Amino acid sequence: MKNKGYDAIREQVYSDRLPNGMPVYVIKKSGFHKSYAFFATDYGGADRRFKFGGEWIDTPEGVAHFLEHKMFDTEDGNALTTLSANGAQPNAFTSSGITAYHFESTEKFEENLKILLEFVSVPYFTKESVEKEQGIIGQEIRMTEDDPDHVVYYGLMKLLFRHNPARYSVAGTIESIAEITDETLYRCHKIFYNPSNMCLVVAGDVDPERVFEIAGSVLDIPRGAVPERDYGLPEQREPAGTRVDAQMEVSEPQFLIGASAEIPKRGEERLRREIVGELAASLVAGKSSPLYLRLYAEGLIKPDFIDAFETTAGIAYTLFGGSSPDPDRVLTEIQSELRRVLTPEAKPELEALFTRIKKAEYGRIVRSLDSFSRSCWGAADAYFAGYDYFTAADTMNKTELAEVLDFIAENMKPENLALSIVSPRAAETAAAL
Amino acid sequence: MLDMKKIALSPRTSLTYVGTDKFKTSCISVNLITPLRRETAAANALIPQVLRRGSAEHPDMDAISKALDELYGARVEYFLRKKGEYQCIGFYADFIDDDFVPSGSGERILERTAALLGEILLSPRTHGGILFDEYVNSERANLIDEIRAGINDKRAYSRDALLKNMCADEAFGVNVLGTENEAKAITAKSLTAQYRRLLDSSRVEAFYCGSAEARRVELALGDALAGLPRSIAPRLPETKILLTPPAPEPRRFVEQLDVTQGKLVLGFRLGDTMLTPDYAAMSVFDAAFGGSVSSKLFLNVREKLSLCYYASSSIEKHKGVMLVSSGVEFTNFTRAHDEILSQLDAIKHGDLSDWELLSAKRAVVTNRLSALDSPSGIEGACFDQTIAGIEYTPEQFAALAETVSRDAVIEIANNVILDSVYLMEGLGDSQAIKEGANEK
Repeated sequence: MKNKGYDAIREQVYSDRLPNGMPVYVIKKSGFHKSYAFFATDYGGADRRFKFGGEWIDTPEGVAHFLEHKMFDTEDGNALTTLSANGAQPNAFTSSGITAYHFESTEKFEENLKILLEFVSVPYFTKESVEKEQGIIGQEIRMTEDDPDHVVYYGLMKLLFRHNPARYSVAGTIESIAEITDETLYRCHKIFYNPSNMCLVVAGDVDPERVFEIAGSVLDIPRGAVPERDYGLPEQREPAGTRVDAQMEVSEPQFLIGASAEIPKRGEERLRREIVGELAASLVAGKSSPLYLRLYAEGLIKPDFIDAFETTAGIAYTLFGGSSPDPDRVLTEIQSELRRVLTPEAKPELEALFTRIKKAEYGRIVRSLDSFSRSCWGAADAYFAGYDYFTAADTMNKTELAEVLDFIAENMKPENLALSIVSPRAAETAAAL
Repeated sequence: MLDMKKIALSPRTSLTYVGTDKFKTSCISVNLITPLRRETAAANALIPQVLRRGSAEHPDMDAISKALDELYGARVEYFLRKKGEYQCIGFYADFIDDDFVPSGSGERILERTAALLGEILLSPRTHGGILFDEYVNSERANLIDEIRAGINDKRAYSRDALLKNMCADEAFGVNVLGTENEAKAITAKSLTAQYRRLLDSSRVEAFYCGSAEARRVELALGDALAGLPRSIAPRLPETKILLTPPAPEPRRFVEQLDVTQGKLVLGFRLGDTMLTPDYAAMSVFDAAFGGSVSSKLFLNVREKLSLCYYASSSIEKHKGVMLVSSGVEFTNFTRAHDEILSQLDAIKHGDLSDWELLSAKRAVVTNRLSALDSPSGIEGACFDQTIAGIEYTPEQFAALAETVSRDAVIEIANNVILDSVYLMEGLGDSQAIKEGANEK
């Protein structure tokens, strides 16, 4: 395997491709008890329409997530329990963009790695097991319906995007998962779980060559194709709607404010754009920004306030949110701040702020490298997006204020911001008064 | 093995030092340990939030944020923990290890971060000796919001609701944030008095994990915490452990909220196990019953009967209480309740296969050892053991778990007694109400 060292952040990463083209990365970490493996496919909740055998196929909401649940079933039982009995802590998740299976273990790492690669690459579904899972996932969906974070997030996604299936819950609905059969699952597994659409990332005190050998012997399967997918018509910067308000059993309004951003191209450009987007969000309303400090002092935002920039499955957006007695005021304040930061008078103050934010961001990136799961997830995402995850600190250090301001001017126009709110029910508010 | 040392910074304050160069992050925590009491819980919860707003030298959040940015985005955050019937109030700082400071600057992040943490804790911004009124008012409003916000996360809320009711007459039933009414009554003057009392009466536990040598850490923290009282801490009352439930029959608490999914929480006492607690055996029992994906609850209540997305157990070892919580359809309350109890009965009757015992041990061992692979994991494990008075290291704990016998696990199960059941129902859901009525 090829070894690449990153001196400033002291990381050693080994990588190579199996004969079938699938990449294997090993982040070598010394002195740790645990090792961690992350096996991912570039297939998430938003990948609902794709080309197969020359034809476009539409699938119900929630297939990628359903498949994630069912992959643990093997002909001999359940991989979750086998891994667990072997000292591993296995789990999996599905996002709009990817599905990943991972475990950490402090013993029998190689054996556990084989089990992981086997159960993810060999599907085993029956009509009965699919029906049974509809009950479990049904309860998971019910749980999310009572979760204000979930409701406020998808409220925003539907405002920001008109076509992309990332507008809908990754888990689907009780109705949509009822349409899923063992055949749907076998077909989607065949299309998306192939070496050309997957990657393996391992972190720990392991022998990189052994990891590569094991991956090669278990995944001795032919190369496939990267499936062509359709996320719908191109999205616009202008939101489909600017405000939505849902009512739930919550203590005070929860909100998210967002703006749809241009989708960055694959490759280094994508990494650069992600960093610029994050710095833009921090500059406008991050924990050191004048706006954050003022709104916090006024009680308009709380310690739970977040700022972020996200890219996934053909969409990109900036995001601010938390709880507030008056989310509409927060929106107005962010809109004025967006206008203010682009004025020449703001420049000297912004330059000082920008220097500090970068210093803090450098520390945050370095600290995050201690987390095996974040490093592996980051490296897998980076592979699918065509860049090198471990150059993030370097790229960040080179970012200029001008780029960030350009990003704000283009992708965070005040009139393009949308606001999603989950409020306490009107009746309860009245009763409380 | 961990290079772990206990160092007395003063008769009042002890430091747990863990030296390692495997992380890029170092951390420090300073914890004030005090009895959890209904009258003081809210004020104690509010104190670190007010302190975090500004110190004598860094008088507002702007100044603190600037100082932290200059320390490469170091974080100094307050945190509150409930361990048995103690309320632990503190600050946790994490920051990049000196090795990662861009070359040539020679900055000593440890000393500067420790000094900032000490200053926030011990030299608050005051007006005429009273904590700054504006900060008290604003953070009191935030605390009240935070207390009310408990309802937003139904899974956590249902567990809190069970504990509040089951331990209504015990300090353990007090929420670590206190109650809204107590919070409302706090003034800058009363909070200042409580802040002084807290500093005077608490036991103090400090922690460091990172690559600096012990002597350097001792000096840095010794300086930063020089303002703490140095006398021996007054003896803290022990956590009261009920070996049997206060009522002869399991108590039942029902709440109706506007939700689509019901929550079911069962609260148990660990009984005579707590006379001479074998924490390793308790952990293995918990993993076998409902604390892991190879547990009886996961495999039967979720996987076999597909009654729920989650049904899991957890043990609070300082208090000797176990909770089982689950999210289920209202109509399935009785089935889930009965199935949970029948899985417990199975272990009581010795139905615990070699495979189940082995899997449970593996879960405990992996869990303990992997906690040692992050600074916050080490901090959490060390703090937990300090409070429980456990002398051995997490590694030794893992080795002990290996030796737990089947009989020891079965015996723990046999001492477990159901105390209370909590149900969260939907508003006006006739099915649920009917079922509830039938059961009574």
